[in-house]
Amino acid sequence: MVAIGPPDDEVLASVEPAVAGAFGREVRRLEPLAEPAGSRDAARGQWNAPEMLKTLLAARPASAERILGVTGRDLFIPVLSFVFGQAQMDGPTAVISLARLSQAFSGLPEDRPLLLQRARKEALHELGHTFGLVHCLDAACPMSLSTGVVQVDRKGEAFCASCAALVRERTPVAPPPEGRTR
Amino acid sequence: MRATWRILVIDDEAVMRESLAAWLREDGYEVDTAPSGREGIDRARATDYAIYFVDLKMPGGIDGIETMMEVKKLRPDASIVIITAYATVDTAITAMKEGALEYIVKPCNPQEISLLVTRIIKVRKLQRENEILRRRLSGRWHFHDLISKSPRMQEIFGLVKDVASLRSTVLITGESGTGKELIARALHFSGERAEKPFVGVSCAALTESLLESELFGYEKGAFTGASERRKGKFEQAAGGTIFLDEIGDISPKVQVDLLRVLQERRFFRVGGSEEVSVDVRVVAATHVDLAEAVKESRFRDDLYYRLNVVAIHLPPLRERPEDIPLLARSFLERLSHELGKEAEDLSEGALKALLGHRWPGNVRELENAVERALVTAKGRILTEDDFAFLRPVSEAARGWSVPTHLPLSDVEKTVIAATLKRNEGNVKETALVLGIDRSTLYDKLKRYGIERT
Repeated sequence: MVAIGPPDDEVLASVEPAVAGAFGREVRRLEPLAEPAGSRDAARGQWNAPEMLKTLLAARPASAERILGVTGRDLFIPVLSFVFGQAQMDGPTAVISLARLSQAFSGLPEDRPLLLQRARKEALHELGHTFGLVHCLDAACPMSLSTGVVQVDRKGEAFCASCAALVRERTPVAPPPEGRTR
Repeated sequence: MRATWRILVIDDEAVMRESLAAWLREDGYEVDTAPSGREGIDRARATDYAIYFVDLKMPGGIDGIETMMEVKKLRPDASIVIITAYATVDTAITAMKEGALEYIVKPCNPQEISLLVTRIIKVRKLQRENEILRRRLSGRWHFHDLISKSPRMQEIFGLVKDVASLRSTVLITGESGTGKELIARALHFSGERAEKPFVGVSCAALTESLLESELFGYEKGAFTGASERRKGKFEQAAGGTIFLDEIGDISPKVQVDLLRVLQERRFFRVGGSEEVSVDVRVVAATHVDLAEAVKESRFRDDLYYRLNVVAIHLPPLRERPEDIPLLARSFLERLSHELGKEAEDLSEGALKALLGHRWPGNVRELENAVERALVTAKGRILTEDDFAFLRPVSEAARGWSVPTHLPLSDVEKTVIAATLKRNEGNVKETALVLGIDRSTLYDKLKRYGIERT
């Protein structure tokens, strides 16, 4: 896991165990990455999500199966006005944006516990795509599509039975490190 | 798990194309992309996509509106969403007028695009269900190889089922091409004789002596060339059904022989002295008005009554127009498969053209017309242009003056002889052009003494 731009350590600390638990993987944190040059679109006042993914791909250590970036910047993909996050379907990289998950974005008082909860759900959602999961029709599943925070808040923090089964199928237990079997 | 729907994104800008495709893939759709209108059209030709996202401004070659129009030609029911960064009311109106389902301005709100896709897919699902139900419904009108929803034909199908297992002789009357042989086959195959042979004989195609030996067989030495005994059609059909087509054309001598078979179920082979017994169900058919022929002493009344135990009269196609779309679609489905064409349906205009035609050659003519249109058609939907050859005879007739001083039989003879010559003696082709069946043509060739070469 890695922050892109100024890190929000509280968010990272909250997301790490959620990801580890949901995917049965060890989570390590890298040093924060600088925002990629050219990822900012001045006219839109936003940051380009695919550019962020390229940077993450380059920064991924060989030992990491997946890399998840967390940024405070408002992300977009060219065809859409914004995205909460972006992932490579069946690929190794994903990124989430905290910008619109924060109550402050809507002019409301900041609610840190709510932000942490939303960040955990979106992290599971984008990482789910990297394991080939598509949007789920169960509105309570983290894999359901959210186009606004209301839908994010309606989701739970645990995959539905179908998505959980797919995650298990696609995240087989990693082979033990050399020498541990003796 | 939702069913996979296929979406095509056509946009010259790779970043736009790929970001929309990636976003749609996350929603579970199978997404293909094309970097130009031309490639998009090629993809649409190969695959039927549920939704087409088409960028309006694409430099070089064809733009979004033209791409959309080409896709619409290939896939008239395509759901096309025009995407543009240059929103103007004019382009929006043009796009919608040309058949775009929706018009979105990029960058668009994720919720907007998500709702749009969901709504289109919902409509596509309903269309698909409708199609399945329509197919199931059309299955209701199938009876063996016959298709009809006309109440008169449904009544006939009922009668066929009722009498299928009886041994009673059946006389089927109706114009050429109305399906007399199909009814005969349905009689045979829905009855208890289905496992036994069904043997057909076209009485009009053979001379009297040939017909006799064809029907009853012959003994060795019965005539020059009869080097061994040969079973006739009656014997070949033992236990099953013999179908005597164009029974109205048989000679008085054969009429007598047939009467004897029908009365006694026994006959002599040509040149034979030993009687042969058979258990055969006789189904006869004719386009001739036999009752009239009896009145004019051209047909034996006793034979007529023997044949006419169960009478089935098939109405001409023009008297059951409700069957035209049903039959045309059925032929289209079968023939496009047989001919390796990808035609899917008939346009409203094509159906109108078919309904406006009188179909003197009935169902057979309709089948031939669909085949002919299919062979030359370019699109997946057959249009009225593909059936241009059906347009009023007056157009085809231009260039020859209608004779006003000849008996009708002379006109018929002249037309048949000329058509046969033009088709180099090919009877099948000539019958097709004249809109009559081959046996009728043989009959007329014989009657008028027209040589095939």
